[in-house]
Amino acid sequence: MTTPIIPASDPLLLSEYLTAFDALMAESVFGLEQTDKNLRLLPILRGLQQLHSLRCSEFESIVGAYQAAGGQPSDTVVYLAVRLFKLLELKSISPDQVFKVLQSSGTTAQTPARIILDKPTSQRQSKVLVAILQQVLGKQRLPMLIIDAPSTVRDPSKFNARAAGIQGLAFFGRDHTYALNDDMSPNWSEIHGFCDKYAEQPVLLFGFTFMVWQYWLSALNHAGKFIHLPHGVLLHSGGWKKLEAQRVDNATFKQTVESLTGVKRCHNFYGMAEQVGSIFMECSEGYLHAPHVADVIVRDPVDLSMAGVGEQGLLQVLSGVPTSYPGHSILTEDLGVLHGEDDCRCGWKGKYFSVLGRLPKTEMRGCSDTHAPAVKPYRPGAV
Amino acid sequence: MSESQLTQAFVTALGISAEQVTDELTYNEIDAWDSTAHMILIAELEDTFDIMLDTDDIIDMSSVAKAKQILHKYQVNPE
Repeated sequence: MTTPIIPASDPLLLSEYLTAFDALMAESVFGLEQTDKNLRLLPILRGLQQLHSLRCSEFESIVGAYQAAGGQPSDTVVYLAVRLFKLLELKSISPDQVFKVLQSSGTTAQTPARIILDKPTSQRQSKVLVAILQQVLGKQRLPMLIIDAPSTVRDPSKFNARAAGIQGLAFFGRDHTYALNDDMSPNWSEIHGFCDKYAEQPVLLFGFTFMVWQYWLSALNHAGKFIHLPHGVLLHSGGWKKLEAQRVDNATFKQTVESLTGVKRCHNFYGMAEQVGSIFMECSEGYLHAPHVADVIVRDPVDLSMAGVGEQGLLQVLSGVPTSYPGHSILTEDLGVLHGEDDCRCGWKGKYFSVLGRLPKTEMRGCSDTHAPAVKPYRPGAV
Repeated sequence: MSESQLTQAFVTALGISAEQVTDELTYNEIDAWDSTAHMILIAELEDTFDIMLDTDDIIDMSSVAKAKQILHKYQVNPE
């Protein structure tokens, strides 16, 4: 495609970005074929690159250095290594426009990333998250069983990525019920009360993958208990690292969920604090799909060239959402594999992929890792 | 249905005075109306008017004026 001539004036860039973004938001979330998506999303990403270059001097330097290194067309969308958000406070707004600072998961031993949000970016994040989750939940808010302890969100000293995730998802529920006690043991009276009340209707269950496995499914199993929520939908996220160490894969996870709780619909999603809102959602076939306003590229871990279908590599994630910080194109430290484009049997279009784990030797991170008393190191090949 | 019921729902949920509840008051404009309080407000409006708001409504309810519009959609007329 030809590169549109975009004038380098800030207000015009922003208004062109907003027009293109709103138009893309009006499309079907998982219905765009890849060629259409490229035509719609690329101009948005290029516009964001120009906008952030104008507003964020660190980002401008990185883009400049990348372009000076040569060989690439000037409109190539540059990616930032995810750890840069831990080293630098990257923002494209003035201090008085800062509305919220999101911290990625980070325990005391780690430096958390700081993601700077203004109100428009925060609102865009919410709108995108709602559009994506409506694809699996519908518009109605369902009675919600949260597989975590109430203190996770109540105690401000514990406030972390897990609390932020629970609060974000609480939007989609009603009659919020916590399944765990503050010591992470199951709260049987709450669980049975919820199941008795809502056994015959759709409900939402949400938790972080490791918490769901360790403190919910394992606890049900040990207690020899079964619950019955046949119309439930389980959403879970936060990384598989600790489950890989226990040799639990997605298929085992889903089978265990269904056999112990009766929940047949189970969706993992992949997302990160650096790109809140535009999450990648697992389809009925078990693959993650990019929504309309986001995309994924798999790159060779050594030379960072684009990998083909079936080749393992590092995941680059693209999001049309952020205007307050230059996080629209990020090279993660996660390994994944692209399975194809537009031909997933679930019917959703675009790219579909799996996350295979963390690149060896990177530091530990992930939402559920904030509850990690003893974690085995990631072993390549354990997937 | 009365405007005072709507005002009272905002007063109860956000812990603000009735004088602060004007059409122009917007989400996140004051500390008392943050995302946590927003969910309390939604529950309060649902109880007060005996309705079930969906996720679009929650996102769209960005001001007191917008709240009135959304309640109209549910045949609630807080005038």
